Amino acid sequence: MPRIVAACSSCRDFTGDLTEFEVDARTVREAIRELDRRYPGFGEHIERRMAIAIDGEIHQDALFAPLTPASEVFLIPKIGGG
Amino acid sequence: MSDVLERPAAAPLDDGQLKVVGTRPVRPDGAEKVTGKAMYGADLALPGQLVGKIKRSPHPHARIVSIDTRRARALPGVKAVVTAADFPDLASEEYEAGESASNLRDLSLNVMARDKALYDGHAVAAVAATSSAIADEALELITVEYEVLPHVTDVEASMASDAPVLHAHLFTQGLAEKPSAPSNIAKRNEIKRGDLEAGFAEADVVVEGRYTTAAVHQGYIEPHACVASFGADGQCQVWSSSQGQFMIRTYCAKILALESSDIRVTPAEIGGGFGGKTTVYLEPVALALSRQCGHPVKMVMTRDEVFRATGPTSGAVVEVKLGAKSDGTLIAADVVLKYQAGAFPGSPVGAGSMTALACYDIPNFSIVGYDVVTNTPKVAAYRAPGAPISAFGVESAVDDMALKLGMDPIALREKNAVRDGVKASYGPTYRNIGYVETLEAIKTHPHYAAPLGPNQGRGVAVGFWFNVGGESTAAVNLNEDGTAVVISGNPDIGGSRASMAMMAAEVLGLPVEKVRPIVADTASIGFSMLTGGSRTTFATGMAVTQAAQKVVEDLKRRAAMLMDVAVDEVEFVNGAAVCRDPAKASLTVAELAAKAAQTGGPIGAQVSLNAQGAGPGFGVHVCDVEVDPETGHVTVLRYTAAQDVGKAIHPSYVEGQVQGGVAQGVGWALNEEYIFDRSGRMENPGFLDYRVPVASDLPMIDAVLVEVANPRHPFGAKGVGEVPIVPPLAAVANAVRGAIGRRLTDLPLSPPKIRAAIDAG
Repeated sequence: MPRIVAACSSCRDFTGDLTEFEVDARTVREAIRELDRRYPGFGEHIERRMAIAIDGEIHQDALFAPLTPASEVFLIPKIGGG
Repeated sequence: MSDVLERPAAAPLDDGQLKVVGTRPVRPDGAEKVTGKAMYGADLALPGQLVGKIKRSPHPHARIVSIDTRRARALPGVKAVVTAADFPDLASEEYEAGESASNLRDLSLNVMARDKALYDGHAVAAVAATSSAIADEALELITVEYEVLPHVTDVEASMASDAPVLHAHLFTQGLAEKPSAPSNIAKRNEIKRGDLEAGFAEADVVVEGRYTTAAVHQGYIEPHACVASFGADGQCQVWSSSQGQFMIRTYCAKILALESSDIRVTPAEIGGGFGGKTTVYLEPVALALSRQCGHPVKMVMTRDEVFRATGPTSGAVVEVKLGAKSDGTLIAADVVLKYQAGAFPGSPVGAGSMTALACYDIPNFSIVGYDVVTNTPKVAAYRAPGAPISAFGVESAVDDMALKLGMDPIALREKNAVRDGVKASYGPTYRNIGYVETLEAIKTHPHYAAPLGPNQGRGVAVGFWFNVGGESTAAVNLNEDGTAVVISGNPDIGGSRASMAMMAAEVLGLPVEKVRPIVADTASIGFSMLTGGSRTTFATGMAVTQAAQKVVEDLKRRAAMLMDVAVDEVEFVNGAAVCRDPAKASLTVAELAAKAAQTGGPIGAQVSLNAQGAGPGFGVHVCDVEVDPETGHVTVLRYTAAQDVGKAIHPSYVEGQVQGGVAQGVGWALNEEYIFDRSGRMENPGFLDYRVPVASDLPMIDAVLVEVANPRHPFGAKGVGEVPIVPPLAAVANAVRGAIGRRLTDLPLSPPKIRAAIDAG
């Protein structure tokens, strides 16, 4: 199953001390839904505030990006720029 | 559509096949600019247009007891007067409009203060009048009664428990326990890995330092300017200088409770943005004034207003402690970042935290960041927001570590460099990065081995930026003569029109002079996120390339019709449709365009996408300075900046981005700072007293382009505009340390500070 890492402070507001999760998901949206089921409100937080790095590649607003069982997914704050 | 789900066939990546990408054609906007014909924000004049001006608070922190506008309204020639009462009182709501979410209430309150003025220069009222003089007189006739409150402008003073609180509703986020009292610390963030205590216990050498930076402005030459016209039918038009016409539209709609479809925003040429034009200041006010009087209203900030009321970037305190083994292996790092946000939350401390150690592979670290409100202008993005500040601390400490270990500073960085497969300090695993190659480019550059003279020093520093993609729309239309137009929705702040035309020309097989790039208004092209974050050549370039590829597919289809062959019998080579059957004559783009009506009508394509997979960028800089021991003045003698750019679409523009970033970083390091007096007023709101570097202050900056391709972009491009401002603060400071033999930690490194350090022995 894809492994989700959510180590930043804003995620811990929802997940407490837990920072790594295994979820049964084939897409980012499925992963978010599962995390939201476990931690109500976390899904909206992810969609609004977080970018998603899948196997090292940063995605923003990519709900339908595919995940594989070996995917490593990091939730990181959305990034802007100057 | 997504670039993942519907990605057309790849364009040529092989450098040997490229005819346009990688060359240096004349910029398409050059002639208009050098002949003074280009239309900037302040250049438009409409019939019946009025002059709009803003009354600003003289106090850094004050309750607004009352505002009496009656005498101003009665002045002949005054057509409109607005205060916060003319704007909806918005609820706190995060909303994405530009590139990241903004709080609409804070945005609106920054545009026009409602109950409190939170900094010197905060807008409290505005007028529109038939002349500039009448508008000025009207501002004088507006009476504002203030209850002056204690203020705080320093970031650490604002964090103190006894500091005057700016916002009674602001409670620190990110703490283990919910706080019971409001605070100026809006947020605490933390990134950690490994066991910090164990890491330092293993270290043979430890260095630590406390570094401070002043608030600095983006320093764009063109002040904020706009014209707004509110029609009797509720349809509005705005012409303004910004980094994103769609951002202007959305923020104006939200702040004034309008529909986006009622607002059409036309982007003017932009005289510099650097992140500072990624938000609104004037446009909603001009629209509110125009709505009241029915006339178009032009507003142009003075330089004083630009400094006092638009976003600088944060002043900050950075604390760094590093631990290393005697062989130079960095084993522990402890970083604390305290960033000034200005009047409302939202400093770039998050990005500062994520980038602080992004160049290093360190097993044990902790990075803690604080976002702190102060009675100063709300900060705005500035190239690689947050990264130069944290890099100044970390790169200064790494330099001290190299000195303590007796190691070459590049060798120390090479030993601890991130590479493909290494986990970034902010989490993900790096792929296709060119950091080691960039270090190598400086190590082998003649500059690095050149001898130094007396009172001279050499400094090295490195920097990182993520780069981003995002939503973009672009269209490519063929004209009847076989020339083409490329339409995008991104203001050109760094040469994007040139790169868009070049990528389209490459795919279409046309000379770049045959492709005209334009930036369209919000009613003429689909949505694009603003130009920022070094995203445009990557993301919008991807849309342009895909649109051109669709045109090519259409040309092949039409050529097959004309040749009476199946479409798979036709290839597209060097701007012509070529049949595999040599008996069939090839058809050029011009010939196919001339037959457009007979083969199905106009030829063009539009692509909208959300580009993912922007490759991160790394820069390595080396700087030589000479310090005058009599005056403390620093002269930058030589500067070389290497950067992994993926693929330089137009190398001259890329070099210009690198040189511009370095120039701004040198200013940050040596001269620039917001200076507040004891009453909280900015003392130097003008270019005479706030000194940005000019050409005579700088040597020719040698930009070395390292090309490690990003496979997610059709030509391999990575963003380039952010990285070059990250290393210079530390590169200059490290060079000064080399020249005078002492570490200075408080920017800017102005002559009095250097003299004091020399005098201290």
